[in-house]
Amino acid sequence: MASTNDPFQFQEFEEAGNLLEANKDAVTISIEDDFKPEKQRKAAGFAPDGEDEDPLAGDDKTELLSGQKKSVPFWTFEYYQKFFDIETHHVKERIIGSMVPWPGKNFIHVYLRRNPDLYGPFWICTTLVFAIAISGNISNFLVHLGKPNYKYTPEFRKVTIAATAIFSYAWFVPLALWGFLLWRNNKVMNLVSYSFMEIVCVYGYSLSIYIPAVFLWILPYEWLRWCSIVLALCLSGTVLVMTFWPAVRDDHPKVIVAIMSAIVVLNVLLAVGCKAYFFSKPEPALPVENSAITAAIKATAST
Amino acid sequence: MAAAEDASRPFAGLSDVSISEDIPVEGDISVPVGSTRRDDEFSTLDEPVKETILRDLRAVGNKFVHVLYPKRSTALLRDWDLWGPLLLCVTLALLLQGGAADSDDQGGPQFAEVFVIVWFGSIIITLNSKLLGGTISFFQSLCVLGYCIMPLTAAMAVCRIVLVGGSGKVSFAVRLAVVTVSFGWSTFASTAFLADSQPPNRKALVVYPVFLFYFVIGWMILTFSPSQ
Repeated sequence: MASTNDPFQFQEFEEAGNLLEANKDAVTISIEDDFKPEKQRKAAGFAPDGEDEDPLAGDDKTELLSGQKKSVPFWTFEYYQKFFDIETHHVKERIIGSMVPWPGKNFIHVYLRRNPDLYGPFWICTTLVFAIAISGNISNFLVHLGKPNYKYTPEFRKVTIAATAIFSYAWFVPLALWGFLLWRNNKVMNLVSYSFMEIVCVYGYSLSIYIPAVFLWILPYEWLRWCSIVLALCLSGTVLVMTFWPAVRDDHPKVIVAIMSAIVVLNVLLAVGCKAYFFSKPEPALPVENSAITAAIKATAST
Repeated sequence: MAAAEDASRPFAGLSDVSISEDIPVEGDISVPVGSTRRDDEFSTLDEPVKETILRDLRAVGNKFVHVLYPKRSTALLRDWDLWGPLLLCVTLALLLQGGAADSDDQGGPQFAEVFVIVWFGSIIITLNSKLLGGTISFFQSLCVLGYCIMPLTAAMAVCRIVLVGGSGKVSFAVRLAVVTVSFGWSTFASTAFLADSQPPNRKALVVYPVFLFYFVIGWMILTFSPSQ
C-alpha cells in the first residue's frame, strides 16, 4: 500500500510503521521463548490493537509450547500422565529439599515450580509402609532373641495397618488442609494459594525423612529411637511450617497458630504412633527375675 | 466442428489403433490362493491336542531359558503370554504355605495374599512405567515381571529344602545368601528386558519400584518359618 501512494503522506507511513513495528515483534515472539517477550511487550506498552491479536496467538503458542493447562477430563490416562512429568534428578532434588529445610526456600516455590508430581508421594509412602513393617518385624525379632518360648512370625497383618495409617495421613490431611485454606481464602485475600496436588506433593515428600529414621529404630535402644524421632520431627515439621507460612501469613493470628499447631501435632502423632505400635520396647525382664531370685535366696537362707 | 466431433467421441481415435501381432500378450489371470499357513493358524481344530499344548509349553519353556540367561533381547516382549507368570505365582504361593500361618493368626502370608501382592504389584509397576512414558504395552510388562519371579521361586524351593535340615544360624545364613543372589538376578533380568523401553532420563524412576517389588517378595521368602 505504501508503494502505490505518495511516500510523503504521513498517515499511511505511520500506519505502515505501526503495523511493521507490531508485526516485527510478533515475528520475534513466535520464534523465541514464550513468556519473556510477552513481559517485554507489556512493559514497553504497545498500542492496544497491536496487543489484541498477538496475545491470542501467543496464548495458543504458549499452551502448545508449555504443554500444560490443557483441560483433559480426569477419567483419561493423559490426565494422570501430566503428574508424572519429572526426571530422576528432579526427584532427587525434591527429596533432599524436603529433608533439609533452608531458611527462605519454600519447598513449593523452589522445587515444585508449578509441576507437582504424584510419583514421589506414592512411592515414598509405599516404601515407608514396607520399611515400617520390615523394621518392626526385625526389631521384634531382636528384642525377643534368645527367649525360649518366642516363636518368630512374619506378621504380615501389620503391613495392611501401616499402609492404612500412612496413606490416610498422606491424602486426607492434605485434603483437609486444602479445604481449610480454600475457606480462609474466601474470607481473607491471600497472595499465595496452593493447589491440592501441590499440598499432597509436599506432604508426600516430607515423609521421606522417616525412611532412614525407621531403619535406625531397628536397634533396640530407646534413647536412639527417641533422638531420631525428635530429629526427624524437627526437620519435616520445619519444612511443612515454612511451606505453609506464606499461605496463612496474612490471616488472623489465632488461625495461624491453629493451622501450624495442627500440622505439627498430626506429624507428631503419626511418628509416635508408628513407633509405639510397630516397635515394641525392650522389656525389663532381667531386674524382675533378679529380684525374684534374690527373694527366693533370702527365703531359703532365712529358714 | 471436427474438434467438437472428436470431443464427443473421446476414444474415437483408438479404434484405428490395432494391436500389432508381434507383441505377445499372454499371461495367467488367476486369483492367488491364500497360503496354507494362514489356514493352519486360524483353525487349530484339525491338529491333535497334544501339539497345541506342546506348542504353548515350548513357548513358556523358551521364555524361562531367556530369564535364566538374561540378555537384551526382545523374545520375552514379542510374544508375551501369562501362563508362565501364573504357574510361577501358584508355585510360590503353594511353597509359602505350610508355615506358621496354619496355626497362628499373625503368621505368614496366606495363599490369596501372595497372589494379591504379586499381581497387584505387577499392575502398579506397569501403570507406573506407562505413566512415566514407557513404550511397552500393559501385558508385555506383566509378562516380563511375572517371568522374572522365576529365580525367587527357585530360591523358595531351595529354602524349603534347607529348612528340612534344621533352622539354625547356618541354615539362616545359607538362606540369606540364596535369597540375596536370586533377588539380584530377578532385578537384573527384568531391567535387562525393560530398560530399552524407557526414556533415558527416567530409568532409575522405573527400576526402583521393580527393586522394591522383588525385595518384598524376597523378604517374604526369607522370613518363611515352618511350623514345628
